[in-house]
Amino acid sequence: MELNALYYLIPSLIMFACGVYGFITRRNMIAMLISLELMLNSVDMNFVVFNRFLFPNQMEGMFFTLFAIAIAAAETALAIAIVVNVYRANNDIDVRDICKMKF
Amino acid sequence: MDYSQFLFMKQEIALLVVFLLVFFYDTFASKKALNALSGITCVLFGIYTVASFLPCVTGANATAFSGMYETSPIIAMIKNVLNVGVLIVLIQSVNWANNESTSVRRGEFYELLLVTLFGMYLMISARHFLLFIIGLESASLPLAAMVAFDKKRYESHEASIKYILTAVFSSAILMMGLSFVYGLSGSLYFSQVGGAIAAASSPMLICALAFVIAGVGFKLSLVPFHLWTADVYQGAPTPVTSYLSVISKGSAAFAFLVIMVQCFSAVYAQAWEWMLYALIILTITVGNLFAIRQRNMKRFLAFSSVSQAGYIMLGIIAMNAMGLAAMVYYILVYVFSNLAAFGVIQAIENNTGKVDMDDYRGLSKTNPKLSFAMMLAMFSLAGIPPFAGFFSKFFIFTSAINQGSIAIYVLVLIALINTIISLYYYLLVVKAMYISDEKPAIETFKSSFTDRLGLIVTVAGIILLGVVSVVYNHILTLAEHSSLF
Repeated sequence: MELNALYYLIPSLIMFACGVYGFITRRNMIAMLISLELMLNSVDMNFVVFNRFLFPNQMEGMFFTLFAIAIAAAETALAIAIVVNVYRANNDIDVRDICKMKF
Repeated sequence: MDYSQFLFMKQEIALLVVFLLVFFYDTFASKKALNALSGITCVLFGIYTVASFLPCVTGANATAFSGMYETSPIIAMIKNVLNVGVLIVLIQSVNWANNESTSVRRGEFYELLLVTLFGMYLMISARHFLLFIIGLESASLPLAAMVAFDKKRYESHEASIKYILTAVFSSAILMMGLSFVYGLSGSLYFSQVGGAIAAASSPMLICALAFVIAGVGFKLSLVPFHLWTADVYQGAPTPVTSYLSVISKGSAAFAFLVIMVQCFSAVYAQAWEWMLYALIILTITVGNLFAIRQRNMKRFLAFSSVSQAGYIMLGIIAMNAMGLAAMVYYILVYVFSNLAAFGVIQAIENNTGKVDMDDYRGLSKTNPKLSFAMMLAMFSLAGIPPFAGFFSKFFIFTSAINQGSIAIYVLVLIALINTIISLYYYLLVVKAMYISDEKPAIETFKSSFTDRLGLIVTVAGIILLGVVSVVYNHILTLAEHSSLF
């Protein structure tokens, strides 16, 4: 069996969809962050696969992935810090309790 | 590698110098000398702002890093518009930064603010998606920390968690779109993407465009991606709110225009004209309708800024040089009008702690100057003739009509009708301040020197920008000579 790009792209798309679904349905902020991480990682996978299979003689997609990983790490670190802050203020990280400001 | 090409990035380097000076002063100065930090930052940034209008900065046409970075007179002009806005925000924030609870951390506020501005510069100048994403992230991540700045206030935390989650979500969606663009074109350079996808309207391209527009739409708070806006604006400290609503939005709009024009102009009619069309109608209308029922002034201005973002998008859908010029001018005017409104809100909040519209009743009797400034700001935001807001709306409508299709005429008509709706809620504030018989809720107070200075600058801008036609003509000449179109 020969592996073509689709064998990688479809799992990556499923991963992205799982991330979106998780982000919408999860009520725990850490779980939401994990879902976001899934989405970001599926993007990285997409870039690498496109680069490897469609444009094998250049490296642009790989480089983008490297930077995207660094950016995702920064995003998560900041988000975790803010979640800790919210926990201190609220004693809870359930998003349903973070609803003082509405409409 | 040729390191001399860093010298093309004059504004970026100058901003970095300002940042480093502020940073070192904050780190090494004695505790007593730190009280001067706000003043020093304002003066340093003021010098930089004035210096960046010099012809040796604005006149340069250059690309660096094999085309990843580009600067030209119109791009320098865009950055100068942002500089002016940041300078006013800095002046207005002095009072807040020096109060008891924030003064320990004020250095961080200034440093984060300058770093986000640097990210916005990269966004505007980027001609490669990697540099664009780095700029976008370094513009939006420190902002989340700035939103969470009031550690003692619960709302600040709530706003910042809402902001960071939506920001990361939107950048994930944006990057997904970019990966599709990369798969279609095999390059991340704007120019090569533009060449590769010329007239090839595939389902994947539509998907990529939808993702990119949704991702940037989050930053611009276009409807239906606007849900974070009101909460974040209400919860964030007011200087951060004014920064978010004006500078962050303005820079994202410019970057959006550059991407749409340089990468996707070939599929304008087939793929994204109708997407943007629907977004503009939704943004203007929903923003206006929700603004009517707001009682908190910061939430009210949040929804007003949502609808203003819709008007700004008219400059993108116009797809001509005049659209670019009208957009730059619109944002310049928007900087002055919105910052005047936020300046008044901040002065009142710092002195009395009140932010509700009901508290503004009878303000003209106790604080006539503040209510006059607020009235001018509201008139300018609504677009009433002698003030600058009228001219900016006029030019942006004209540029959209110049695009020529019947559909755009209808769009401009809807935008016009919405201007009338917006008049209603802007005048509600004026009515509360001037025509209310009730006993004023806010007593007479004397605002500080910096608050007054900020208000004088913004009010002067509101009155003069519309009348002094040199400004718009200058921007139009620059836009017509740019290589974007």
